[in-house]
Amino acid sequence: MNLTRRSLLATSALAAAAAALPMMPAVAQTGDTIKVGILHSLSGTMAISETTLKDVMLMLIEQQNAKGGLLGKKLEAVVVDPASNWPLFAEKARELITQHKVAATFGCWTSVSRKSVLPVFKELNNILFYPVQYEGEESEKNVFYTGAAPNQQAIPAVDYLMSKDGGEVKRWVLAGTDYVYPRTTNKILEAYLLAKGVKKEDIMINYTPFGHSDWQTIVADIKKFGSAGKKTGVVSTINGDANVPFYKELGNAGIKATDIPVVAFSVGEEELAGIDTKPLLGHLAAWNYFQSVKNPVNEAFIKQWKAFKKNDKAVTNDPMEAHVIGFNMWIKAVEKAKTIEADKVIDAIVGIEVPNLTGGVSKMLANHHITKPVLIGEVRADGQFDVVWQTKDLVPGDAWTDHLEGSKDLEADWVNLKCGNYNTKLKKCG
Amino acid sequence: MHLDWKTPVQLWFRAGFQALLFALFLGILAGSPAKAGPLEDAVPLFAADSFADTAKALDLVAASGAAHAGPMLEALVDRRLFVSADKKLFFKDKAGLAFDGLSGEKLAAEPAGGAMVRINNRLRGAIDTAVGRLTLQAPDPVKRRAAAEAVYKTRAPESEEALTAALKVEKVAAIKDIQQMALAAIVATAPGKADIDRLSAIEILRDRGDRDALTPLNSIPESASADVKAAAKAAAVDINQRLALWSGVQNAWYGISLGSVLLLAAIGLAITFGVMGIINMAHGEMVMIGAYTTFLIQEVIRQKYPALFDYSLAIAIPLSFLVAGLVGIAIERLVIRHLYGRPLETLLATWGISLILQQAVRTLFGPTNREVGAPAYMSGSFKVGLIDITYGRVWIVGFALVVFFAVLALLRFTPLGLQMRAVTQNRRMAASMGIRTARVDALTFGLGSGIAGLAGVALSQIDNVSPNLGQSYIIDSFMVVVFGGVGNLWGTLVAALSLGIANKFLEPFAGAVLGKIALLVFIILFIQKRPRGLFALKGRAIEQ
Amino acid sequence: MISQAILARLDGRGRIFLGVILAALVAVPVLNMLVPVGSPFHVPTWLVSLMGKYLCFAILALALDLVWGYCGILSLGHGAFFALGGYAIGMYLMRQIGPRGVYGNPILPDFMVFLNYKELPWFWYGFDFFPFAALMVFLAPGILAFVFGWFAFRSRVTGVYLSIITQALTYALMLAFFRNDMGFGGNNGLTDFKDILGFSVQAPGTRLALFVATLLALAASYLFARAVVTSKAGKVLVAVRDAESRTRFLGFRVERYKLFVFVASAMMAGLAGALYVPQVGIINPSEFQPGNSIEVVIWVAVGGRGTLVGAAIGAILVNLAKTTFTTGALAPYWLFALGALFVLTTLLMPKGVIGTYAAWREKRREKLALAANAAATPAE
Repeated sequence: MNLTRRSLLATSALAAAAAALPMMPAVAQTGDTIKVGILHSLSGTMAISETTLKDVMLMLIEQQNAKGGLLGKKLEAVVVDPASNWPLFAEKARELITQHKVAATFGCWTSVSRKSVLPVFKELNNILFYPVQYEGEESEKNVFYTGAAPNQQAIPAVDYLMSKDGGEVKRWVLAGTDYVYPRTTNKILEAYLLAKGVKKEDIMINYTPFGHSDWQTIVADIKKFGSAGKKTGVVSTINGDANVPFYKELGNAGIKATDIPVVAFSVGEEELAGIDTKPLLGHLAAWNYFQSVKNPVNEAFIKQWKAFKKNDKAVTNDPMEAHVIGFNMWIKAVEKAKTIEADKVIDAIVGIEVPNLTGGVSKMLANHHITKPVLIGEVRADGQFDVVWQTKDLVPGDAWTDHLEGSKDLEADWVNLKCGNYNTKLKKCG
Repeated sequence: MHLDWKTPVQLWFRAGFQALLFALFLGILAGSPAKAGPLEDAVPLFAADSFADTAKALDLVAASGAAHAGPMLEALVDRRLFVSADKKLFFKDKAGLAFDGLSGEKLAAEPAGGAMVRINNRLRGAIDTAVGRLTLQAPDPVKRRAAAEAVYKTRAPESEEALTAALKVEKVAAIKDIQQMALAAIVATAPGKADIDRLSAIEILRDRGDRDALTPLNSIPESASADVKAAAKAAAVDINQRLALWSGVQNAWYGISLGSVLLLAAIGLAITFGVMGIINMAHGEMVMIGAYTTFLIQEVIRQKYPALFDYSLAIAIPLSFLVAGLVGIAIERLVIRHLYGRPLETLLATWGISLILQQAVRTLFGPTNREVGAPAYMSGSFKVGLIDITYGRVWIVGFALVVFFAVLALLRFTPLGLQMRAVTQNRRMAASMGIRTARVDALTFGLGSGIAGLAGVALSQIDNVSPNLGQSYIIDSFMVVVFGGVGNLWGTLVAALSLGIANKFLEPFAGAVLGKIALLVFIILFIQKRPRGLFALKGRAIEQ
Repeated sequence: MISQAILARLDGRGRIFLGVILAALVAVPVLNMLVPVGSPFHVPTWLVSLMGKYLCFAILALALDLVWGYCGILSLGHGAFFALGGYAIGMYLMRQIGPRGVYGNPILPDFMVFLNYKELPWFWYGFDFFPFAALMVFLAPGILAFVFGWFAFRSRVTGVYLSIITQALTYALMLAFFRNDMGFGGNNGLTDFKDILGFSVQAPGTRLALFVATLLALAASYLFARAVVTSKAGKVLVAVRDAESRTRFLGFRVERYKLFVFVASAMMAGLAGALYVPQVGIINPSEFQPGNSIEVVIWVAVGGRGTLVGAAIGAILVNLAKTTFTTGALAPYWLFALGALFVLTTLLMPKGVIGTYAAWREKRREKLALAANAAATPAE
C-alpha cells in the first residue's frame, strides 16, 4: 500500500464528516412542544392537491395553540416536502418520526404514498391520519382513515343515480384513471350493479393513463354508448389533472347533465376552481362534505379559512374536512389518554366523537375508519355544489368491501380482535 | 352548420325571456288574467322541498298559462324561486326585485324567511322540455332551434301539439328539419300511436338519422307491434352502418386535432432545438408561461372590462408571445449563450431553469389549476355529415396552421430569418459577413420561446392551466421534432399530424395507453432506420 | 498481490475514494452497533438507511458516468435500468411475503388478489428463488440494453438523437408499468416487503447489512469501471467519445465497444436499483419517469463528468441537499435551490466539483512552483 499522506488526511477528514452527520438531529429536539408532522407534497405533480392540506393543518395547529395548546404544551408543526416522490415519502416519514419525534403525522394523498410510508409507521409505531377517499381493502393499527371508504362514496352515488331523482340510470360508463383506486372502486361497482340486475352489456369500463389530456375519442364513445335508448350515466374516478380536459371536452361536445349525468368521486371545489363550470351545470359529485353545506360550524370554518389564507375566494373541500375531523379526534384522544404515546392514543381514539362540518357527529370506529354522511352535489354555475341528496344517517366506513370475493370475509377490529384483516370464516387473523 | 353563440346559461335567460313574451301574448289572447287554481295548488308542492313535489308543481306552472310562468321557470332554474316563512310563493328577477308567485305582481318588499326551491337534473330536464315547448315559435331563430332540439332530446308526448303547430309556421329549413325529427321521435316512442304513423316516423328518423336518432329508435315502447319493432331495429342498423363509415372520418379529424396540438407544442422546440441545437428542457415551461399570461389577461378583463371577454384570446396571443419571448431572451442572454457548442450541457441548465420556473409559478399563482374560459365562439359544436365537430378544436387546428406557416415565412422571407439560418449553419462565416450573431441568437431563442407561449394560449383552452402544464408536453414535443427530422419545419408538421392521426386510429382498439406505447416503440425503431428523422437535412452541417 | 494490481490502476483520487469506503465499512457498523444510542457518535439506523440510499444513487451515477463520461453516450434512460433491477428484487421480495399478505393468499401478492388474478403470471415464475432474482437484476436491464443498443449503435444513432430515444424508452416503460394489466402492481408498484433471505427488511441488522452490501457494491462498481476505463478498450471508448468517425475509420468496431459499455453500465444501474428497493421499501413506475433519469445526468455533471469518483460524489451531494432542503420552512423553495444548482454548475463549474477542485489545485501548484522558483533564484 502506498497511500500518500494527503490521501490519508483526506480520508480521515471525510470519515470524520460522515461521523458528524448524526449529530444534526440533536438540534431538532426541544421538548417543550408537541410536534405534529405534515407530510404533503409541496412540489411535483401532487402539489396541486396537497398544498392546501398543509395549509389547513397549519391553521388548525395555530387555532389549537390559541386555545392553549395540548396537555399544557404548544403544538409545533413540522412541514416536510416529499415532492410527489414515493420513496421520498417513506424517507420523510422516517425523518419526522425519528429525528423530529412527532407525536402524529397528517399526510399523504394517493394510495401509493400511503403504501410507501405504511411500513415506516408500523415499524416505528407512530400515527398517521390519511384524509383522502380511497379504495379500502386496508386497515392498519397505525393509520386512521378519515377519508371515505368505497361504501361511503361510490355505492351511495350509484344508488342515487338509479333512483327516480337521479334519473333512473340503466346504462353505466365506469371511467377511471388506471390505478388502484379506480380499479378497485369499479370492480366493487361492477359487482354491485350486476347484483342489482344491470346487464353486463350495459356496463362499459374504460381506463386512461394519468394526466390524459386528449379525451375526444372517449367522449365520443360515451356519447355512442349513451344512444342505446336507455338512460346512461357516467361514474368517473378520473384523477387529478385529467379531469379538466375531460370536462372541457364534455362541455364542448354538448353532453349536458340532463342527457348523460357524470358523477365524479375525485372532483371537488378545488378542481372546479380551474374550470369554467357553466357548461357543466348539473353534473354530479359524491363526497362527504361540500363547501355549500349550510350550518354554523361549516360557515365558521369557511370564514376562518378565508381569513387564514387572506383570500376571499379560497375554497374548502372534502379532504380538508377530513383533516379537521382527524385533527380534532387526535386532540381529544391525547387529552383522554393524557399522553402522546402512540399506543395509548391509538387505544383512546376509538369511539371518540367530534362534530363534522356537515352538522353531524363523526365517530372513530374500531376499524380505524370513521362515520360520515354521504352527500351528492350538483355542479353550480359558480363552481360550487348544490346538495341534492344525502344519507339520513352517518355511514360507517367499511375497510373490507362486501362486494368482492377476496375481502368479503375479512373484518377489521383494533379493539377486540386487535387485527386489521380478521378472516371471519377461518376465524383467524390474516 | 349553425353558430351557437351562447352558453347554456345565456340560453336560459333568453329562453325564459321569450317564454315571458309568448306567455304574455297567450294571456292577452285569452283575455283573462291567469286562473288562480293550478298555481295555488303548486304552492304547497313547492313548499314541500321534495324534488318529486317540485316536479308536480312545475307541471302545474307550465300548464297554467299564467303570464309569469316563463319568468318563474327561469327563476327556478336560476335558484331565484322562494317560498316564504308564511308559505307565500315569490321569485326574484335578476336585479333582485321580488315578485309574487301567484299574481306575478311586483312586491313592495321581499317576504321574510324565503327558502329557495331547489332543483336537480331531473327537474332541469323537465323545465327544459316545458320551456322548449313554450318557445317553439319564438321570434329568434336561435331560440327556436334550441327549443326544437330540447323537444327532440326529451321526446315528451305532451310536446306533440305545440310541435305540430310550430311546424306549420316554421320558415327556416334547418329548424324545420329538427322539428320534423322531434315529431318523428315523439310519434315513434309515445304510447298509443298507430302502427302506420310509427312506421313513417321511423322512416324519417332513418333517412336523416344520426347518432341522436338512435336513442328514439332504441326506445320503441314494448306495446308497439312486431313490425314497428323490426323496422326500428333495421333503421338503427342502417344508421349504425353509416356511423361506422363515418367513424374513419371522425378518427382522422380527432387525429388532426390532436396532431395540431402536438404541432403547436413542437414548433417552438423545432426552432430552439431543431434550428439552434439547444436541448431546451424549459420549452414546456414557456408553454406554461403563455397559458398563465392568458389567464392573467382574462382575469384583468373579467374584473375591469367584462365586455371584452370574447376578445380575451385575441389580446392574449400577442402578449403571450411577447412575455414568453422575453423570458426566452432573458434565459438566452443569462445562461444559454455561455453554453453554445455544448448541446448536452444546455440540457442540464435548461432543466434547472424549468424547475425554477415551475416553482416560481407555483409560488406566484398557487399550485392549483387556474380557470381560463372559452369565448362564446369557441364553445359548442356543429355537424359535418354524421360527426360532431367542436368549434374549439377547429380554432386550434386553424391556429396551429397559421402559426406554422407564419414561422415558415419568417424563416424564409425575412432578413431576420435569413440571418437566423446563416448563424445556425455557419456561425463564424455569418459573423464575418457582419451579422451580429449574439443578437440573432437571442432573437431566435426568443422566437422559439414566443411560439411556445402561443401554444400556451391554445392549450389553455383544452388542458389544465397549472404549474405542471409544460411537463406533460415536453416529451411529446421532443418526439415530434426528432421524428420529423431536426432542423426541418416541414418534418415537424408531418410528424405531428401523422403521430396524432396514428394515435387516434390506434386508440379505439388498443386503448389510450397501449396506443401511446406502440407509437413510442415505433419512433424508437424508426430512428434506427432513419437516424436523422423523416426529413433529414443533407450535408455537413449536421455532422457533429 | 491483488491489491497491488488494483492499486496500480487507481489514481490518487480513486485511492481516497476507496479509502473512504473502507473507513465507512468499518466505522458505520461500529458506530451503529457498538456506540450507545445517547452518544453523539452513535449512527442511528435511519441514517444508515439514508446513506444506503445515497450510495445506491452513487452506483447509478457511476454507471452513467461510464457511458457518458467515457464513451459520450448520454443516456436519458438509465432510470429505466435502475427500475428494472429494482422490480426484479421487488418481485422476489413480494414472493417472500407468502401467506402474510392481507388476503392470506400463499402464492399471489395482494394486488393480484384484488385484481382477480387466478394464478401467477408466467413472468413471475422463479422469483421466489433468490439466485434467480439476483440473476434477473443483471439480466433484465442487460438484455434490454443489449437489444436497444444493438439496434441503436448499429444504425449509428448518436448524440442528441440517442438521448431522446433513450428518453422515449424509459417513458414507454413507465406508461407500460403504470398499466395494472401488466401484472406489476400498476401505480402502487410493489411494497409492504417483509423478508429478504429470511431476515426482516425492517430489522436494524438487515438494514446495516444492506448498507454494507451497498458500500461493497459501490467499491466493486468503481473498481470495475476503473478497470474498464484504464484498459485498452477504455482508450478506444474515449476515442469514440472524442471522434467516433475517426475511430471507426481506424478499423475499430465502434458499435461493439459501445454496446459492451452500455450493457455493462445498464447492469450496474440494475444492481443499484436492486440494492435501493429493499432499503426504501417500495418500487413503483414513477422510477421510470424521464425526469428521474435527467436528474442522474445532473448528479454526474455536478460531481464531474468523466471522473467516476465525481459522479458518486455528485449523487451524494445533490441528494444530501435534497434531504436537507425538503424539511422545514424552506420546503416550498427547495426547487429554486435545486434548479439554481444545476444552472450554476453548468455555467460556473463545467467540470463539476472534482474537475474544478483539480483545476484549482493545479493552479495553486503552479503558483507555488513559481514562488519556489522565484525564491530559489537568488536575487542578483
